Amino acid sequence: MDDLDRRLINRLQLGLPLVRNPWQALASELDSSSPELLHRLHELLCEGILTRFGPMFDIERLGGAFTLAALAVPEERFEEVAEQLHALPEVAHNYRREHAWNMWFVLACATEQDVTETLQYIETLTGLPLLNLPKEETYHVGLYFPV
Amino acid sequence: MKTGLSPEQTQALRRHLEDGLPRVSRPYQTLAERINADENQVLAQMHQWHEQGLFRRVGLVLNHRALGFTANAMLVLDVPDALIDEVGQRLGRASGITLCYQRPRRLPQWRYNLFCMVHGRQRAQVEAQIQALLGEHLLSDLPHQLLFSTHAFKQCGGRFVASSTGTKPHG
Repeated sequence: MDDLDRRLINRLQLGLPLVRNPWQALASELDSSSPELLHRLHELLCEGILTRFGPMFDIERLGGAFTLAALAVPEERFEEVAEQLHALPEVAHNYRREHAWNMWFVLACATEQDVTETLQYIETLTGLPLLNLPKEETYHVGLYFPV
Repeated sequence: MKTGLSPEQTQALRRHLEDGLPRVSRPYQTLAERINADENQVLAQMHQWHEQGLFRRVGLVLNHRALGFTANAMLVLDVPDALIDEVGQRLGRASGITLCYQRPRRLPQWRYNLFCMVHGRQRAQVEAQIQALLGEHLLSDLPHQLLFSTHAFKQCGGRFVASSTGTKPHG
């Protein structure tokens, strides 16, 4: 990654202008050319530095129900429970965190009822108590990583 | 605003966009050709979705681990109910906080009701950043904990998520 890659990533995190020739608009801003920027973008995606480029649809506005949940998993069962969750399509991501509540995962379901049922299923499956922490208020969503 | 696209074309456009924006100099022209429409109609639809808040931007998803952002901490605070909106809004605006949500307490097991995500390259730097932030906002006395993630078991979307979007939900 060189300086132009970094400037491109930082600029694209703010959004590509919604115009007919968006790359031309960006090229003058970044002192580059439209083919060069497209080539850079392609390379960054191929190298896996970027995992997606395009409109970021707000899935909550498109429908669906979500929650953040946590389990306190005994150390000796950690891998086993991680695999049980991994097998469930409703589990969107799952992080190990340093805390007594050591497994934190997000459920993404079609309906609220699916969320409730999936949580009950996970409690039965693992035999572990679960914290259900759905979002009540959003104060900020702005994933921006200056690179 | 009328875009002139049929419901079938609108749906087809959404499906094409699941793979991202075509990486060509005139992406909306390319999309228009795929759904038998013209560039202006596709652009108008994009503007409409944007104004409706269906998407915030045509942007990107970074593989933040590949870029060295491996210190990922969840800061949780126990904020008095009367102050939660004010504190949430202040921390949400603070630099370095990427996500900030209110979630319910689950007493007695869980007392924290404000959740912030902070990503950084080094753990010590993230810890120092958070201590400075809490000090600056006079929040150091509030009960709080920092939960660093040590491993991501499943980072991309489940089936439901993968079929509908490229963004990641945050519960």
